[in-house]
Amino acid sequence: MNHSPYLREARSVRQIMLHVLLALLPGVLAWTWQFGIGILVQIGLASLTAVAAESLMLHLRGRPVAMYVTDLSAVVTAWLIALTLPSIAPWWIVVVATLAAIVVAKHLYGGLGQNPFNPAMVAFCLMIVAFPALMSQWPAAGLDVSQQLDLIFGGHRQLDAITAATPLDALRTGLREGGADARVAEILQGSAFGAVGGRGWEWVVAGFGLGGLYLIWQRIITWHLPVAFLATMAAISLLLWGMHPERFASPLLHLASGGTMLAAFFIVTDPVSGATTPRGKLVFAGGAAFIAYLIRSFGNYPDGIAFAVLLMNICVPLIDMHTQPPVFGHKRGTR
Amino acid sequence: MLSKLFKFHGGVKPDSRKTTSNQRPIERLPLAPQLVVPLHQSIGGTPRPLVAPGDRVLKGQRIGAAEGPVSAAVHAPTSGVVRAIEERTMPHPSGLPASSVIIDADGEDRWIELEPVAWQSMPGDELRDFLRDAGVVGLGGATFPSHIKLRPGDKPTHTLVLNGAECEPFITCDDLLMRERAAEVIRGALIMARMLRVERVLIGIEDNKPEAVAAMRAAAGEGVEVVAIPTLYPAGGEKQLLRVLTGVEVAAGRRPVEFGLQCFNVGTAYRIARAIDHGEPLISRIVTVAGNVESPGNFEVPIGTPIDALLAVGRPRADTDRILMGGPMMGFALPTTTAPVVKATNCILVGSPSLLPPPPPEMACIRCGTCARHCPADLQPFELYWYGRSHNFGKAQEYHLFDCIECGCCSYVCPSNIPLVDYFRYTKSEIWAREREKAAADSARERFEARNDRQEREKREKAEKLAAKAAATRQKLAEQEGEAGDDTAAKASSPAEEAKKALIAAALERAKQQKSQVKPRNTDNLSADKQAEIDEIDARRAQAGADTTAPRDTP
Repeated sequence: MNHSPYLREARSVRQIMLHVLLALLPGVLAWTWQFGIGILVQIGLASLTAVAAESLMLHLRGRPVAMYVTDLSAVVTAWLIALTLPSIAPWWIVVVATLAAIVVAKHLYGGLGQNPFNPAMVAFCLMIVAFPALMSQWPAAGLDVSQQLDLIFGGHRQLDAITAATPLDALRTGLREGGADARVAEILQGSAFGAVGGRGWEWVVAGFGLGGLYLIWQRIITWHLPVAFLATMAAISLLLWGMHPERFASPLLHLASGGTMLAAFFIVTDPVSGATTPRGKLVFAGGAAFIAYLIRSFGNYPDGIAFAVLLMNICVPLIDMHTQPPVFGHKRGTR
Repeated sequence: MLSKLFKFHGGVKPDSRKTTSNQRPIERLPLAPQLVVPLHQSIGGTPRPLVAPGDRVLKGQRIGAAEGPVSAAVHAPTSGVVRAIEERTMPHPSGLPASSVIIDADGEDRWIELEPVAWQSMPGDELRDFLRDAGVVGLGGATFPSHIKLRPGDKPTHTLVLNGAECEPFITCDDLLMRERAAEVIRGALIMARMLRVERVLIGIEDNKPEAVAAMRAAAGEGVEVVAIPTLYPAGGEKQLLRVLTGVEVAAGRRPVEFGLQCFNVGTAYRIARAIDHGEPLISRIVTVAGNVESPGNFEVPIGTPIDALLAVGRPRADTDRILMGGPMMGFALPTTTAPVVKATNCILVGSPSLLPPPPPEMACIRCGTCARHCPADLQPFELYWYGRSHNFGKAQEYHLFDCIECGCCSYVCPSNIPLVDYFRYTKSEIWAREREKAAADSARERFEARNDRQEREKREKAEKLAAKAAATRQKLAEQEGEAGDDTAAKASSPAEEAKKALIAAALERAKQQKSQVKPRNTDNLSADKQAEIDEIDARRAQAGADTTAPRDTP
């Protein structure tokens, strides 16, 4: 016999995950429109791998397989992994990344709800450390289907003509090659850049932003995490850009390129590995954006969001402990 | 009518489903042939029975007198004969029995003589005693004796709040009461306002009861403000309602009266008006019958009526799987429907698998924080859940587990279907059990240590006494030696022999002492004349002893 309350009106975990998948669709569609169907292939590969790995691990751990597989949390992880990897990477890249996320980062830590690190970001970091070259070959706009499939499933890779650097990578390379004479404004004239961010990527970023707003509207996420992430990224890039506009990119470029938008609405908002209190969320997302900016601008990796998120994951218990909201009857002025 | 309203954090909006039971006026329930009146129907002391089996009682006759500082009387709900005073199963989740007066109704339903109370000329204490003896307790569910809350505090009370929120789904007993008997509810409020010497009266009613709001507004006079508050569960929680109406957040562990506020349920106000204007004790209450029944409604039910009698009128449908007392958010499944209606019974909710579906299987917590967003106590339920599950009770308390009011909002919204409130009840009871154990262990240890200390002290004192005595004896012997002079000096040949003698004397003395030690001693701390008497007896005994036997105790 169960006890009160006898009424429930909860949105199930599965419904929450479905909303997240739905919110990812605009970005995915923009990506497909701008860069071809490679991303859809990657998403399919990642999803299949994730469901298989999830089922296997649940079975090995003696957990109810059907109940947990159908919560779709593994599928969300799979989509996020596919969306952070280059969509023309060979098939085994996304398979290995997904296995690492589901088997190691999720189930070896206790499965749904128990993982201290964001599984998609663990996968990304593993792959960029292990396969830096493959991880920096991004599709140029306008690749046709057969070329993409060949790159994903084929053996050899003829790259120069068909791949491109991401805008952040192009900027970094440009600044390095240009030495002291390099000017951001000149580099931005290059073919990788569009009006505000990377050519083509601007649409993808807009799609993710749209999906993110949907999540806030649906109350799947609160405003705290994305606002803190985007505001911190904007503030710090504005500061450095204001001081040295010739050496640092504008806040607009930072917001509109790399994984900023995806991270703000879909990565730092992972509830399991993130901070949970309202103030804690601000600290967590702000910290992640700050570290990501530092790695982006001064480090050796094209984007630093994955490392930044993992670093902030470590801090979550501390952040939560020190940002507990006041409890009813314990607030200042009531004593 | 435009007082500013405040908000409390969180809350949920379950479908209120009140329209099934609030369509009909309040009906009287046919009198049951036998009534079971539990003696303990309020917080505090169990009343002492005033009747014995076989006694004839009249309707409204006091059958249990308030016992202790916090208690309220109980009365015969109808006229009849006391069949027995025995343990009967209570409407409580535990299903444990409690001492009850069983009355066989004679069907005449004959009242004792009732007379109104001249309350305005009565001293406050007398009036409060009258309410205690009329058995008036809080009818919102807590059944706290009302007279205690009507004692003006050290600090002046400025606002009296009547709780007509009735935020639980299905329940409409306060709704119907306010619609049909608004004048007497207001009358009760004004009496309480006079007793507490408050400046204003606020009556909070959720805005899903427009008829009740209108009726109360029509009845309200000068100084009484009827406020329609937003429908948001648990707006009827005392501290939540006070927050909404006054903006005051009553601090944890403190009572509203310390903030110049006092809060009563509208049903309590009505009973106070009945008690004072008619002399009528609390022997019935309005109970909602709702849920999976053919004929939902509200009934004026004599206390002690078996719940089965209510169900007979409500007629549960075939797929009924349980009977709850209270609402779906905070009520509980009754272990048996033979249990009586008590003063705390506001609703009998009949459940079915489709009406109150069993929760889907519990999944892992994903820390989504939805529970925290809906907690009206601003808690972080998922953190409490983690700490409770891992038996980290210290942490659970640090995160204010005991500020949880068990309203059920967290369980209601949890996407992983975790019965969070169950975990909190379990954690609380574990902590209580541990504290009780610890207290018991502490007092046992203290007793043990005190006993050890006492034994040590007695041993030490005995040793000191003996040493002193031995020294004195030695001294005496030495003196005797000196006095005896030469005639004994010759016999007392050597100093070695003398020392031996002294030792023997000391040993004898010790033995004597020990004997007197083991004598039972209950003669400590006597008064002077008692001591004199004992001395006299001792003297006579010594006299007699001297005549018959050798003086044993006299040296």
